[in-house]
Amino acid sequence: MKNFQGAALSWDTKDGVIELALHRAPCNEIGTVTLEELEKFVTALPVLQEQAHSLILHSTMKSGFCAGADLSELYYGAQKLQSQEAARGIRDFLQRIHKVMNTIDAAPLTTIAALHGVTFGGGFELALVCDLLIADKMTRFCFPELRLGLIPGFGGIPRLKRDLGNGVVRDLLLTGRSFNATKAQQVGLVSQLVGEGEALRVARGTAAQLGKFDRQTAIAAKKFIKPIPYDELKQEIEIFCDLFSKPAVQSGLKKFVESTEALSYLP
Amino acid sequence: MHTAEHTLEEILNLAAAHFKVPRAKLTPDDDFFKALKIDSLQALDLLTKLEHHFHVELPDYELQGVSDFRTLASRIQARL
Repeated sequence: MKNFQGAALSWDTKDGVIELALHRAPCNEIGTVTLEELEKFVTALPVLQEQAHSLILHSTMKSGFCAGADLSELYYGAQKLQSQEAARGIRDFLQRIHKVMNTIDAAPLTTIAALHGVTFGGGFELALVCDLLIADKMTRFCFPELRLGLIPGFGGIPRLKRDLGNGVVRDLLLTGRSFNATKAQQVGLVSQLVGEGEALRVARGTAAQLGKFDRQTAIAAKKFIKPIPYDELKQEIEIFCDLFSKPAVQSGLKKFVESTEALSYLP
Repeated sequence: MHTAEHTLEEILNLAAAHFKVPRAKLTPDDDFFKALKIDSLQALDLLTKLEHHFHVELPDYELQGVSDFRTLASRIQARL
Protein backbone atom coordinates (compact mmCIF):
# COMPACT_ATOMS: atom_id res chain seq x y z
CA MET A 1 0.00 0.00 0.00
CA LYS A 2 1.77 3.11 -1.21
CA ASN A 3 -0.64 5.29 0.68
CA PHE A 4 -3.23 4.81 3.39
CA GLN A 5 -5.86 6.93 5.07
CA GLY A 6 -7.05 5.57 8.41
CA ALA A 7 -8.93 6.74 11.47
CA ALA A 8 -5.79 7.49 13.47
CA LEU A 9 -3.04 7.91 10.90
CA SER A 10 -2.23 8.09 7.24
CA TRP A 11 0.85 7.61 5.11
CA ASP A 12 2.05 8.52 1.69
CA THR A 13 5.31 8.15 -0.23
CA LYS A 14 6.79 10.84 -2.45
CA ASP A 15 10.28 11.31 -3.85
CA GLY A 16 11.70 8.51 -1.73
CA VAL A 17 10.24 9.82 1.53
CA ILE A 18 7.45 8.08 3.43
CA GLU A 19 5.43 10.47 5.56
CA LEU A 20 3.42 8.96 8.39
CA ALA A 21 0.96 11.49 9.84
CA LEU A 22 -0.87 10.98 13.12
CA HIS A 23 -4.30 12.60 13.14
CA ARG A 24 -6.43 11.23 15.93
CA ALA A 25 -8.11 13.83 18.18
CA PRO A 26 -7.48 15.12 20.72
CA CYS A 27 -3.73 14.46 20.69
CA ASN A 28 -3.07 11.11 18.99
CA GLU A 29 -3.59 8.99 22.09
CA ILE A 30 -2.39 5.47 21.30
CA GLY A 31 -5.10 2.85 21.80
CA THR A 32 -6.28 -0.17 19.85
CA VAL A 33 -7.21 1.77 16.69
CA THR A 34 -3.80 3.47 16.44
CA LEU A 35 -2.02 0.21 17.22
CA GLU A 36 -3.91 -1.64 14.48
CA GLU A 37 -3.06 1.05 11.93
CA LEU A 38 0.58 1.14 13.03
CA GLU A 39 0.61 -2.64 12.51
CA LYS A 40 -0.78 -2.11 9.01
CA PHE A 41 2.04 0.36 8.42
CA VAL A 42 4.83 -1.99 9.52
CA THR A 43 3.26 -4.76 7.43
CA ALA A 44 3.39 -2.46 4.41
CA LEU A 45 6.90 -1.26 5.24
CA PRO A 46 8.93 -3.95 3.37
CA VAL A 47 7.29 -2.85 0.12
CA LEU A 48 7.35 0.88 0.94
CA GLN A 49 11.04 0.87 1.81
CA GLU A 50 11.96 -0.54 -1.62
CA GLN A 51 11.06 2.88 -3.03
CA ALA A 52 12.18 5.04 -0.11
CA HIS A 53 15.26 6.18 1.77
CA SER A 54 13.58 8.10 4.62
CA LEU A 55 10.56 8.08 6.87
CA ILE A 56 9.10 11.15 8.57
CA LEU A 57 6.72 10.77 11.51
CA HIS A 58 4.64 13.82 12.38
CA SER A 59 1.28 14.93 13.71
CA THR A 60 -1.39 17.07 12.12
CA MET A 61 -2.97 17.79 15.52
CA LYS A 62 -2.46 21.32 16.80
CA SER A 63 -1.92 20.24 20.42
CA GLY A 64 1.15 18.19 19.70
CA PHE A 65 2.85 15.09 18.38
CA CYS A 66 1.25 12.55 20.72
CA ALA A 67 0.02 12.60 24.32
CA GLY A 68 0.84 8.92 24.87
CA ALA A 69 -1.26 5.85 25.57
CA ASP A 70 -5.05 6.13 25.51
CA LEU A 71 -5.53 5.98 29.27
CA SER A 72 -9.34 6.09 29.07
CA GLU A 73 -9.35 3.00 26.86
CA LEU A 74 -6.85 1.34 29.18
CA TYR A 75 -8.87 2.11 32.31
CA TYR A 76 -12.39 1.37 31.04
CA GLY A 77 -11.14 -1.67 29.11
CA ALA A 78 -9.57 -3.13 32.26
CA GLN A 79 -12.75 -2.41 34.27
CA LYS A 80 -14.78 -4.73 32.07
CA LEU A 81 -12.44 -7.67 32.53
CA GLN A 82 -11.39 -10.03 35.31
CA SER A 83 -7.91 -9.11 36.55
CA GLN A 84 -6.25 -12.10 34.85
CA GLU A 85 -7.92 -11.29 31.54
CA ALA A 86 -6.91 -7.62 31.88
CA ALA A 87 -3.30 -8.67 32.58
CA ARG A 88 -3.30 -10.86 29.46
CA GLY A 89 -4.76 -8.01 27.42
CA ILE A 90 -2.07 -5.60 28.61
CA ARG A 91 0.72 -8.05 27.87
CA ASP A 92 -0.68 -8.68 24.39
CA PHE A 93 -0.98 -4.93 23.69
CA LEU A 94 2.59 -4.29 24.87
CA GLN A 95 4.03 -7.13 22.83
CA ARG A 96 2.24 -5.84 19.74
CA ILE A 97 3.32 -2.22 20.21
CA HIS A 98 6.91 -3.33 20.94
CA LYS A 99 6.91 -5.26 17.67
CA VAL A 100 5.81 -2.10 15.83
CA MET A 101 8.34 0.11 17.62
CA ASN A 102 11.20 -2.37 17.10
CA THR A 103 10.40 -2.65 13.39
CA ILE A 104 10.45 1.12 12.86
CA ASP A 105 13.56 1.45 15.06
CA ALA A 106 15.46 -1.09 12.92
CA ALA A 107 13.95 -0.11 9.54
CA PRO A 108 16.53 0.27 6.76
CA LEU A 109 15.49 3.88 6.31
CA THR A 110 16.64 7.06 7.97
CA THR A 111 13.76 7.93 10.26
CA ILE A 112 12.90 11.44 11.41
CA ALA A 113 10.40 12.52 14.06
CA ALA A 114 9.12 16.04 13.28
CA LEU A 115 7.81 17.20 16.63
CA HIS A 116 5.72 19.97 18.12
CA GLY A 117 3.75 20.47 21.31
CA VAL A 118 2.92 17.61 23.65
CA THR A 119 5.25 14.63 23.21
CA PHE A 120 4.39 12.65 26.31
CA GLY A 121 4.63 9.04 27.46
CA GLY A 122 3.95 6.68 24.55
CA GLY A 123 4.27 9.63 22.15
CA PHE A 124 7.75 10.33 23.47
CA GLU A 125 8.50 6.61 23.10
CA LEU A 126 7.31 6.67 19.48
CA ALA A 127 9.61 9.63 18.79
CA LEU A 128 12.50 7.76 20.41
CA VAL A 129 12.41 4.99 17.81
CA CYS A 130 13.43 7.56 15.20
CA ASP A 131 17.03 8.25 14.18
CA LEU A 132 16.67 12.04 14.21
CA LEU A 133 14.42 14.22 16.34
CA ILE A 134 13.59 17.60 14.86
CA ALA A 135 11.54 19.63 17.31
CA ASP A 136 9.95 23.03 17.16
CA LYS A 137 10.62 25.14 20.22
CA MET A 138 7.11 24.57 21.64
CA THR A 139 7.68 20.82 21.98
CA ARG A 140 7.54 19.35 25.50
CA PHE A 141 8.77 15.92 26.49
CA CYS A 142 7.63 13.97 29.52
CA PHE A 143 7.36 10.50 31.00
CA PRO A 144 4.38 10.90 33.35
CA GLU A 145 3.92 7.16 33.97
CA LEU A 146 5.17 7.11 37.58
CA ARG A 147 2.21 9.33 38.44
CA LEU A 148 0.01 6.35 37.55
CA GLY A 149 2.09 3.79 39.42
CA LEU A 150 3.65 2.55 36.18
CA ILE A 151 6.81 2.82 34.14
CA PRO A 152 6.85 3.73 30.44
CA GLY A 153 5.81 0.55 28.61
CA PHE A 154 6.42 1.17 24.90
CA GLY A 155 10.20 0.84 25.07
CA GLY A 156 10.98 4.30 26.42
CA ILE A 157 13.52 3.61 29.14
CA PRO A 158 15.83 1.28 27.17
CA ARG A 159 15.76 3.63 24.17
CA LEU A 160 16.33 6.76 26.23
CA LYS A 161 19.18 4.97 28.02
CA ARG A 162 20.62 4.02 24.66
CA ASP A 163 20.58 7.64 23.52
CA LEU A 164 21.28 9.72 26.64
CA GLY A 165 23.17 9.80 29.92
CA ASN A 166 21.60 8.05 32.86
CA GLY A 167 21.20 11.26 34.89
CA VAL A 168 18.74 12.68 32.34
CA VAL A 169 16.87 9.38 32.14
CA ARG A 170 16.49 9.28 35.93
CA ASP A 171 15.37 12.92 36.06
CA LEU A 172 12.66 12.39 33.43
CA LEU A 173 11.52 9.06 34.79
CA LEU A 174 11.66 9.64 38.54
CA THR A 175 10.37 13.24 38.71
CA GLY A 176 7.80 12.84 35.94
CA ARG A 177 8.49 16.46 34.99
CA SER A 178 8.25 17.70 31.45
CA PHE A 179 10.95 19.63 29.70
CA ASN A 180 11.06 21.81 26.63
CA ALA A 181 12.82 21.30 23.32
CA THR A 182 15.67 23.68 24.15
CA LYS A 183 16.57 21.55 27.16
CA ALA A 184 16.07 18.42 25.03
CA GLN A 185 18.57 19.75 22.53
CA GLN A 186 21.03 20.64 25.30
CA VAL A 187 21.01 17.06 26.59
CA GLY A 188 21.43 15.60 23.09
CA LEU A 189 17.93 14.27 22.50
CA VAL A 190 16.89 16.72 19.80
CA SER A 191 19.23 17.11 16.85
CA GLN A 192 17.62 20.20 15.31
CA LEU A 193 15.69 22.85 17.20
CA VAL A 194 13.48 24.91 14.89
CA GLY A 195 10.95 27.74 15.06
CA GLU A 196 7.31 27.20 15.93
CA GLY A 197 5.51 25.27 13.17
CA GLU A 198 8.71 24.59 11.19
CA ALA A 199 9.54 20.99 12.20
CA LEU A 200 7.91 19.25 9.24
CA ARG A 201 9.39 21.64 6.69
CA VAL A 202 12.88 21.16 8.14
CA ALA A 203 12.36 17.39 8.33
CA ARG A 204 11.45 17.34 4.63
CA GLY A 205 14.58 19.33 3.79
CA THR A 206 16.70 16.95 5.86
CA ALA A 207 15.10 13.92 4.18
CA ALA A 208 15.83 15.40 0.73
CA GLN A 209 19.49 15.66 1.72
CA LEU A 210 19.53 12.03 2.95
CA GLY A 211 18.30 10.89 -0.46
CA LYS A 212 21.62 11.97 -1.97
CA PHE A 213 23.58 9.33 -0.04
CA ASP A 214 24.22 5.76 -1.09
CA ARG A 215 21.45 3.80 0.56
CA GLN A 216 23.46 0.71 1.49
CA THR A 217 26.04 2.93 3.23
CA ALA A 218 23.33 4.72 5.18
CA ILE A 219 21.83 1.38 6.23
CA ALA A 220 25.22 0.05 7.35
CA ALA A 221 25.94 3.24 9.34
CA LYS A 222 22.57 3.09 11.08
CA LYS A 223 22.95 -0.59 11.95
CA PHE A 224 26.39 0.08 13.38
CA ILE A 225 25.45 3.07 15.52
CA LYS A 226 21.92 2.19 16.65
CA PRO A 227 21.65 -1.24 18.26
CA ILE A 228 18.18 -2.31 19.47
CA PRO A 229 18.24 -3.10 23.23
CA TYR A 230 16.07 -6.23 22.88
CA ASP A 231 16.84 -7.74 26.31
CA GLU A 232 15.97 -4.56 28.18
CA LEU A 233 12.85 -4.09 26.09
CA LYS A 234 11.64 -7.56 27.11
CA GLN A 235 12.47 -6.77 30.74
CA GLU A 236 10.44 -3.58 30.50
CA ILE A 237 7.31 -5.55 29.50
CA GLU A 238 7.74 -7.83 32.54
CA ILE A 239 8.15 -4.91 34.95
CA PHE A 240 5.18 -3.06 33.43
CA CYS A 241 2.92 -6.11 33.65
CA ASP A 242 3.96 -6.74 37.24
CA LEU A 243 3.21 -3.13 38.22
CA PHE A 244 -0.09 -3.12 36.30
CA SER A 245 -1.47 -5.78 38.65
CA LYS A 246 -1.01 -3.49 41.69
CA PRO A 247 -4.04 -1.59 43.07
CA ALA A 248 -2.18 1.75 42.83
CA VAL A 249 -2.46 1.64 39.04
CA GLN A 250 -6.23 1.30 38.90
CA SER A 251 -6.68 4.13 41.39
CA GLY A 252 -4.13 6.26 39.49
CA LEU A 253 -5.89 5.64 36.18
CA LYS A 254 -9.31 6.30 37.75
CA LYS A 255 -8.09 9.59 39.16
CA PHE A 256 -6.69 10.60 35.78
CA VAL A 257 -9.66 9.68 33.57
CA GLU A 258 -12.25 11.08 35.96
CA SER A 259 -10.37 14.28 36.71
CA THR A 260 -11.97 17.52 35.67
CA GLU A 261 -9.07 19.58 37.01
CA ALA A 262 -7.31 21.90 34.62
CA LEU A 263 -3.92 20.45 35.49
CA SER A 264 -4.96 16.78 35.35
CA TYR A 265 -1.57 15.75 34.02
CA LEU A 266 0.01 16.66 37.35
CA PRO A 267 0.14 14.01 40.12
CA MET B 1 17.62 42.51 36.69
CA HIS B 2 13.93 41.64 36.82
CA THR B 3 11.93 42.94 39.75
CA ALA B 4 8.91 40.90 40.87
CA GLU B 5 6.59 43.55 39.41
CA HIS B 6 8.45 43.52 36.13
CA THR B 7 8.23 39.71 35.93
CA LEU B 8 4.50 39.79 36.65
CA GLU B 9 3.91 42.45 34.02
CA GLU B 10 5.85 40.49 31.40
CA ILE B 11 3.87 37.32 32.16
CA LEU B 12 0.58 39.19 31.77
CA ASN B 13 1.72 40.71 28.47
CA LEU B 14 3.01 37.41 27.15
CA ALA B 15 -0.13 35.46 28.14
CA ALA B 16 -2.38 38.10 26.59
CA ALA B 17 -0.43 38.07 23.33
CA HIS B 18 -0.11 34.27 23.06
CA PHE B 19 -3.75 33.50 23.81
CA LYS B 20 -5.08 36.61 22.05
CA VAL B 21 -6.83 38.06 25.10
CA PRO B 22 -6.94 41.85 25.58
CA ARG B 23 -4.19 42.74 28.06
CA ALA B 24 -6.55 45.12 29.87
CA LYS B 25 -8.79 42.18 30.80
CA LEU B 26 -6.05 40.40 32.77
CA THR B 27 -5.21 41.19 36.39
CA PRO B 28 -2.50 39.66 38.62
CA ASP B 29 -4.91 37.71 40.81
CA ASP B 30 -6.93 36.21 37.95
CA ASP B 31 -7.18 32.45 37.68
CA PHE B 32 -5.25 32.12 34.42
CA PHE B 33 -7.15 29.00 33.32
CA LYS B 34 -10.40 30.94 33.47
CA ALA B 35 -9.07 34.30 32.31
CA LEU B 36 -7.29 32.80 29.29
CA LYS B 37 -9.90 30.03 28.77
CA ILE B 38 -7.19 27.39 28.51
CA ASP B 39 -6.97 23.66 29.30
CA SER B 40 -4.04 21.68 30.66
CA LEU B 41 -2.44 21.16 27.23
CA GLN B 42 -2.57 24.89 26.51
CA ALA B 43 -1.14 25.52 29.98
CA LEU B 44 1.90 23.54 28.84
CA ASP B 45 2.24 25.94 25.90
CA LEU B 46 2.20 28.84 28.35
CA LEU B 47 4.83 27.12 30.48
CA THR B 48 7.07 26.64 27.43
CA LYS B 49 6.61 30.26 26.35
CA LEU B 50 7.52 31.48 29.84
CA GLU B 51 10.58 29.23 30.06
CA HIS B 52 11.87 30.58 26.77
CA HIS B 53 11.08 34.18 27.58
CA PHE B 54 12.76 34.16 31.01
CA HIS B 55 15.44 31.57 30.15
CA VAL B 56 14.48 29.37 33.10
CA GLU B 57 13.41 25.77 33.63
CA LEU B 58 10.19 25.45 35.55
CA PRO B 59 9.39 21.85 36.56
CA ASP B 60 5.65 21.31 36.29
CA TYR B 61 5.37 20.05 39.87
CA GLU B 62 6.30 23.56 41.01
CA LEU B 63 3.10 24.73 39.39
CA GLN B 64 0.93 22.35 41.36
CA GLY B 65 -1.85 24.36 42.94
CA VAL B 66 -0.77 27.52 41.11
CA SER B 67 -3.55 29.12 39.11
CA ASP B 68 -3.08 32.90 39.43
CA PHE B 69 -0.57 35.09 37.60
CA ARG B 70 0.91 36.57 40.79
CA THR B 71 1.91 33.18 42.26
CA LEU B 72 3.14 32.05 38.85
CA ALA B 73 5.34 35.16 38.72
CA SER B 74 6.78 34.40 42.16
CA ARG B 75 7.71 30.85 41.05
CA ILE B 76 9.52 32.27 38.02
CA GLN B 77 11.10 35.09 40.02
CA ALA B 78 12.62 32.46 42.34
CA ARG B 79 14.55 31.03 39.39
CA LEU B 80 15.83 34.26 37.85
